[in-house]
Amino acid sequence: MAPTHATLAVEGLKTHFFTKAGVVKAVDGVSFEVGRGEIMGLVGESGSGKTVTGFSIIGLVDPPGRVVEGSILHNGENLVGLDGERMRNLRGNRIAMIFQDPMMTLNPVLRIETQMVEAVLAHSAVSKEDARTMARDALGQVGIASPDERLRAYPHQFSGGMRQRVAIAIALLNKPDLIIADEPTTALDVTIQGQILYEAQKLCRETGTAMIWITHDLAVVAGLADRICVMYAGRIVERGAIGDILERPAHPYTRGLIGSVPSRNTRGGRLFQIPGMTPSLLNLAPGCAFRERCPAADGACAVEPEPSHPLPGRELRCHHPQLEAAP
Amino acid sequence: MIEARGVSKRFVKKPDLAARLAGRLGADVREETVHALDGVTIAVERGEVVGLVGESGCGKSTFGRIVAGIMEPTEGTVFYRGQDLKTLQGGEAREAALQVQMIFQDPFASLNPRMRVEDIVGEAPLLHGIVARNERQDYIDATMRRVGLDPAFKRRYPHQFSGGQRQRIGIARALAVKPEFLVCDEAVAALDVSIQAQVLNLFMDLRRDLDLTYLFISHDLSVVEHISDRVVIMYLGRVVESAPAGPLFDGPNHPYTKALLAGAPTLDARRRIYEPVKGEIPSPLDPPSGCHFHPRCPHAMKRCREEAPALKEIAPGRHSACHLNDG
Repeated sequence: MAPTHATLAVEGLKTHFFTKAGVVKAVDGVSFEVGRGEIMGLVGESGSGKTVTGFSIIGLVDPPGRVVEGSILHNGENLVGLDGERMRNLRGNRIAMIFQDPMMTLNPVLRIETQMVEAVLAHSAVSKEDARTMARDALGQVGIASPDERLRAYPHQFSGGMRQRVAIAIALLNKPDLIIADEPTTALDVTIQGQILYEAQKLCRETGTAMIWITHDLAVVAGLADRICVMYAGRIVERGAIGDILERPAHPYTRGLIGSVPSRNTRGGRLFQIPGMTPSLLNLAPGCAFRERCPAADGACAVEPEPSHPLPGRELRCHHPQLEAAP
Repeated sequence: MIEARGVSKRFVKKPDLAARLAGRLGADVREETVHALDGVTIAVERGEVVGLVGESGCGKSTFGRIVAGIMEPTEGTVFYRGQDLKTLQGGEAREAALQVQMIFQDPFASLNPRMRVEDIVGEAPLLHGIVARNERQDYIDATMRRVGLDPAFKRRYPHQFSGGQRQRIGIARALAVKPEFLVCDEAVAALDVSIQAQVLNLFMDLRRDLDLTYLFISHDLSVVEHISDRVVIMYLGRVVESAPAGPLFDGPNHPYTKALLAGAPTLDARRRIYEPVKGEIPSPLDPPSGCHFHPRCPHAMKRCREEAPALKEIAPGRHSACHLNDG
């Protein structure tokens, strides 16, 4: 897919944090695309840079962090270095974000109605009445019963799952073409998570909204995403279609990650275990960041691996890709 | 080994000053009662791993605390090796309390930040006379090695460790008093997938080496399926189903169990369409009449609204509380 046709095309993105202790390369050369109606899963463990990638796209990286390199093309327009006015125009309008904690989106002392109407009026010249109608429709769209009444409620009167629905409704208000969802179901119960995943899936199908679903949980994106990017220490180590990657993971880290997930096949047995832990991103040594934990690592891994395409539709950063089928 | 018979726990919220004043002025003020547990009977055999599953507010943590002796039940009895815990006195009661240890979800909150690891691990065994003062350091080293921690770090404080290591410290603290029975309350929920796999493997190793029995409380079905011999499903303070892990995951009986299994994302089921259960989890302040699950149940009949179903044996070793089983 040529980058200009994608809703979002990230190319060589580097976001670094300049702290007193040194430079933290939270995102270090990340490239991917998301097309219309596509759900892209961004998977990684804590500190892999998945959230900072999301924040970089929507322009919410605060000092000492800064996007130092790369481009983020949103419908062909580069978001890196965009002036504040234009970015504010896009944010919440064309690009929306859903956070893990819905209370990050919601103001606890304002009625849902006030917050939603404000979000509409900030971006379009419609009457207050029309804005209210839009708010009500958005609540209905995410499956909130009796939206008229619920508009009058305060955030604390909702349960956790309901709050997350309201946060999603607010993200939908201006019919954005890109939604960045950062672990939106992690804090929710299983049955409620199922409901939210269902709404998200329906939404992308019906409205053609592109979505980036950031999560640490491979199982969540397994049923949801079209393609995934696996992140490790600020880089995308493997990228491809979800089914292909789950069936034939080629990067040793992806393999380890899939093997670590408990499932019915592992009952009673031992789980595959990646030794060690995620490295600190502060003053990370050059070369492949996974080599300390990697079973296949050798001298070649002291050099940073370049992206390669060993399988159709797959991008990989590894000197020793494991191309035979998973054990 | 441990049996809880008909255990109920109610938390009563007394009206505060403002509410009492309002009451004086004629407002309708009542004590609010949360029925956290409602007649729960669970027995755990020696050497068994029992998984306790449920969503927020189902009472699984309260049950764990009662079994671990941190909380008193409002009604019902907990038997340890056939003896009523309440009737034990002095040394016997202390002995029984030591045999049951608890591991908590949050490795940040459950360790005293101002104590060194050697004191966290070494304090209780010294106090209870399990180890003599001059053998204490060796004992701490051995306990730390057993959970995969390097004894060289024993002079450090909890904040100097990563999340997974902190959870290991919590496990070492519990093991230091040589318990037979461990209550793990969401013990791996806060950990990254690769670290979670390491800790789950550690639990399995300890079980084999030390002949431990576990009550494993979790909301994560795949973790429970992996580790448990028998699974108990709770909903709003009641046990709805209990069965050996294999049969339960292959063919759940209760509609709630079915909903939970259908809603849980897994790696192997690359199902593209989520079919969510309807509705929210009701508040335990005001649980629905009859069967607690009836407002969300697709098979609810008149009887379900009026009469709470009893937990009945539906096959050898399998129990379920549903009117549908009466045919």
